[in-house]
Amino acid sequence: MSGASVQKFEQPASFAFTPENKAKADKFIAKYPEGRQLSAVLPLLDLAQRQHDNWVPQAAMEHIAEILGVAPMRVMEVATFYTMFHLAPVGKHHLQLCTTTPCWLRGSDDVVSACRKKLGIDFGQVTADGQFSMVEVECLGACVNAPILQVNDDFYEDMDGDSTVTLLDQLARGEVPPAGSMIGRQTSAPDGGPTTLVKKAATKAGASDSDGAKV
Amino acid sequence: MPKVIVDGIEVDVPAGATVLQACEEAGKEIPRFCYHERLSIAGNCRMCLVEMEKAPKPIASCAFPAADGMVIKTDTPLVKKARNGVMEFLLANHPLDCPICDQGGECDLQDQAMAYGAGSSRFLENKRAVEDKYMGPLINTIMTRCIHCTRCIRFASEVAGVDDMGALYRGEHMEITTYLEGALASELSANVIDLCPVGALTSKPYAFEARPWELKKTQSVDVMDAVGSAIRVDSRGSEVMRVLPRLNEAVNEEWISDKTRYACDGLLRQRLDTPYVRKNGKLQPVDWPEALQTVAARLRSTKAEKIGAIVGDTVDVESMYALKSLLQGLGVTSLDCRQDGTKLTAGPRSGYVFNSTIAGIEEADFILLVGTNPRLEAPLVNARIRKRWLTGKLKVAAIGPVVDLTYPVTALGDSPALLADLIAGKSEISEALAKAERPMIILGQGALTRADGAAILAQARALTEKASLVRDGWNGFNVLHTAASRVGGLDIGFVPGAGGKDVAGILAAAEAGEIETVYLLAADEIDTDKLKNAFVIYQGHHGDQGAHVADVILPGAAYTEKEGIYVNTEGRVQLGRMAVFPPGDAREDWKILRALSEGLGKVLPFDTLAQLRQTLVAAYPVFAQVDHVEPAAWGAFGAEGSVDAAAFTYPISNFYMTDPISRASVTMAKCTEAFVLNSATEQTEKTGTHG
Repeated sequence: MSGASVQKFEQPASFAFTPENKAKADKFIAKYPEGRQLSAVLPLLDLAQRQHDNWVPQAAMEHIAEILGVAPMRVMEVATFYTMFHLAPVGKHHLQLCTTTPCWLRGSDDVVSACRKKLGIDFGQVTADGQFSMVEVECLGACVNAPILQVNDDFYEDMDGDSTVTLLDQLARGEVPPAGSMIGRQTSAPDGGPTTLVKKAATKAGASDSDGAKV
Repeated sequence: MPKVIVDGIEVDVPAGATVLQACEEAGKEIPRFCYHERLSIAGNCRMCLVEMEKAPKPIASCAFPAADGMVIKTDTPLVKKARNGVMEFLLANHPLDCPICDQGGECDLQDQAMAYGAGSSRFLENKRAVEDKYMGPLINTIMTRCIHCTRCIRFASEVAGVDDMGALYRGEHMEITTYLEGALASELSANVIDLCPVGALTSKPYAFEARPWELKKTQSVDVMDAVGSAIRVDSRGSEVMRVLPRLNEAVNEEWISDKTRYACDGLLRQRLDTPYVRKNGKLQPVDWPEALQTVAARLRSTKAEKIGAIVGDTVDVESMYALKSLLQGLGVTSLDCRQDGTKLTAGPRSGYVFNSTIAGIEEADFILLVGTNPRLEAPLVNARIRKRWLTGKLKVAAIGPVVDLTYPVTALGDSPALLADLIAGKSEISEALAKAERPMIILGQGALTRADGAAILAQARALTEKASLVRDGWNGFNVLHTAASRVGGLDIGFVPGAGGKDVAGILAAAEAGEIETVYLLAADEIDTDKLKNAFVIYQGHHGDQGAHVADVILPGAAYTEKEGIYVNTEGRVQLGRMAVFPPGDAREDWKILRALSEGLGKVLPFDTLAQLRQTLVAAYPVFAQVDHVEPAAWGAFGAEGSVDAAAFTYPISNFYMTDPISRASVTMAKCTEAFVLNSATEQTEKTGTHG
């Protein structure tokens, strides 16, 4: 995206799908009718990104354009449109920190400052060892369990400063902690257990619709 | 035929028409930025909003299909308010730099802001700024002004067939650019400048040169190729400032090639503006009487059979006719207008014109290209072929070296022997050719300028007859010319008379000393080394090849400096108009020849251009009807002979430099550097306004 890293980096001279990924790519392309191969550009870009250290180099776009039989510009337009495609190197663990209102109300500032302090980098930067990179994002759509820290494909929820430090330590050691709530919340259920439907309705007759209100 | 009511006016529109087209049919002007009738519909500027009865909100008329019984309103307060809103958004990020913008005075946004703009802005945030992009030596970019109509992208991918432009990023960050900021490599690239509704893409060579209201506009025709594009010459004082396309559906629609548009700066350089006579081995400036006397004396003292005349590629019909009349009066027979040595003859007209017509390409379903690369020889013919190909109803095959024509071509090979296979029906495309309802063969100068050109022409005729390309209401035999003067020259029979020599003959005889005096009428694309032994009279406008070997130079007028008739490759007679006066002592060519005839004592029978044209039309009625193509009767042409096995080649290798004007042009030199030699040195060049 336009907020791509300002750090200098080198584009690889060439890119080609591995035989496995090529087979996958062919499957994606086969889903679309003849003459509409361009429709497969999104999954192919994703494949390329996963194959190439979490970012899509210029050469990959050209490779995909060649496979799809379109001009490289058409692939580049798509790749630059979506923020999920990284056009510059990012860390092995790409952290996306939500700072939109619900996360911010629930303490995303602590998460951000923990990351900054722990990693020594700011938004849009990559650590010197190439392990971590972080970007600020808008709502990730999981406000119930705010604040959210997304690491590559996984959501880590109910974060705070301490759990962020712990998580980063684990990631640095190469562990993959289970995704989801950091406070043991079951999916998006209320914090601390159920608050409604805790006791059976007294009688069928005369019972109001909202049992919870009587608890 | 849906019936639509627009502001109470009932109109019938063809099925598939849009609401915008229906409104235009009703005479209502709909403001628009992204919509362009020759491009696909994008519907992203939202300026064309109109109110539709029973619709909950205004609709974008450009993208909304017209349906039967629709009631459209274009002048209600709601429409006005909606368009005002769109305009406010467009202006929110548009810089207020009209005073320094080259589009000023001819800017769609400026004009429409007069009707729909608020007059002041409520936008208090920072305006966005976008870095300028490099798009080659012709297109100047100030991308902050861009309103993202995407016309340029659609033009590049649809009309030009070069899929290099695109929109990167999204939303407020959207940027229009070429792939990796390369030059837009198309012969039609500069048309995006006309398409741009704002000042984001402007003309680089014309940057900060003039304002549109200072310019005198002259409607003329182009001579850079044989297409005869309709152009508008914008001039200020004695200077041609720019050339723009003019609408002519039959020829160039509304596009022109980059050479047509930008070779005009060559009109100011290398000009011959005073007569010269070679004295003691050096060309000395002289006055007109002396120059004309020298020429007259020379022509009188040379025997008629020792005089030859060659006409160049950009000469008007009147001048050729005057020269022909003058020299025939002296008994000269070695006349030739086929500078490139093409083996076409002045025989039946159908044998040397583009019979199907350029607009006729849009009916064709099969095209065979023989020895021609239309992309370089006639970019607008190529654009038509591409336009037809985009409909999916056209197949193209080619005999000649493989080149990128912007549409897929079945390459048969580059051997002339393939024509014999086709005649015998043994070719891989024979079946397709036989099945086609509107088949065309386009014969290029690459096939005709060879020594065996006449035999190839005869074979092409044989194929035309065998495959019955000439049928009811259709003539599929076409010759694609590269020179604006060629068809006109053939029409007036500016070819060797009895016992006369052709161009190659004149050059060889001049080298051998058999021809002593050679009259070059703006002829430069010949091997002038062979003329060293002859006395050369050069009448033309540029100090090019021909002038270098001349013994007398008679300064003539370029195409923007004279009234003249040109005949395009279709045989369409068109009028070129005088936009500026010839520089210095240069004169219109027919006047020079008229003055010379007096010196020779064989006065030409006309004193004015009108009289000249009257005699011309009396002798050749084909010139009577301007801007009209009369279908030519089929006849016999070409000559039987053996065909050489040598592969076809194409006549033009550098599109940007083909005649004295474009060779003198700085812009064309830059294009040659960027596109032909592929060195993008200008990429780093910045002007004073770059940060």
